[in-house]
Amino acid sequence: MNLRQFVFAIVVQMLAFPAWSAGYGTLLPEHSRISFVSKQMGVPVNGSFRRFNAQVAFDPAKPETARARIEVELASVDAGSREANDEVVDKDWFFVKNFPAAIFEVRRVKPLGNNRFEIAGSLTIKGRSKEITAQAVFSESAGVGSFDAVFILKRLDFGIGEGPWGDPGTVADAVQVKVILALRPEAGKPQK
Amino acid sequence: MNRYPLPSIVLHWLLALLIGGGFVLGLYMHELPLSPQKLKLYSYHKWLGVTIFALVMVRLLLRWRLPLPPLLPAPVWQMKLAQGVHHALYLLMFAVPLSGWLMSSAKGFQTVWFGVLPLPDLVGKDETLGKLLQGVHEQLNWLLLLLVLLHAAAAIKHHFLDRDATLARMLPWAKP
Repeated sequence: MNLRQFVFAIVVQMLAFPAWSAGYGTLLPEHSRISFVSKQMGVPVNGSFRRFNAQVAFDPAKPETARARIEVELASVDAGSREANDEVVDKDWFFVKNFPAAIFEVRRVKPLGNNRFEIAGSLTIKGRSKEITAQAVFSESAGVGSFDAVFILKRLDFGIGEGPWGDPGTVADAVQVKVILALRPEAGKPQK
Repeated sequence: MNRYPLPSIVLHWLLALLIGGGFVLGLYMHELPLSPQKLKLYSYHKWLGVTIFALVMVRLLLRWRLPLPPLLPAPVWQMKLAQGVHHALYLLMFAVPLSGWLMSSAKGFQTVWFGVLPLPDLVGKDETLGKLLQGVHEQLNWLLLLLVLLHAAAAIKHHFLDRDATLARMLPWAKP
């Protein structure tokens, strides 16, 4: 392949972009939610992130071609209490001053049948990236598509809770994360 | 001398010990900056509170089922005062752990006994209610301290000044 052919191929790819972006794409933040359950001394504590955005391209007819990038503003955390909120933005935890966002990039969507999907991708928090696999269910109603995904995040893999907080006996290593993404068909490209 | 039944004596002193421990722990832990140590101490305090709550239930049952030794002679006002303080102590031994349990729920932290047995949240998460219950929990504790001191002072007075069996009949080793 010479350079001309290569450039041509790239242009064709770019022109082909709308083909895989047909489907759901515009995030409806008010109907979306990112929450988590941490365990402190055996006690489940609910938390959530108030601000996040997502670029999604998901066509239910061609789920394998789905792309998504979710960015979570870590400073918008609600970790269950004011005291905890002040603590978790600090350097032993998210260190938001240096690492303001968590980024999840979807690499592979595997249909499991029955509107269930296995979503694999790379999660980056605090400068560390790990492969994450989430179990998701997709549903559609009144023109809104909704992903309901859940995965277990091992906080120590990302250095979330270092120093004295590294003891998983007090705050458990496993944190259950739930993501609900409500999506509208992409603007200008109505769903067939 | 008529002693209290042994189970009542054991529960009386065991609860005295646990309540004293829970009180001191509560006073100490709430000033601490957030740390794993603080989370642990809070859990221990809650486990202690639930244990006290359960033992108080057993104690009320025993009080109802077991025969009590006859009252020792004393002026009527002292009898009435003693009865009033005893009733208030039972009420507080019930109300103090209960207020702590409710406060914990209102602050959004379920109480899980020994990290294993979850207690239901009787109220939902509510910051205002949480603050209110925190105040209630604190005030009830100061009242409990006051009554415990009064209770202990009366026992000491009976033992050393009146030289009667009021204290001795709550001691397992006292000679009959």
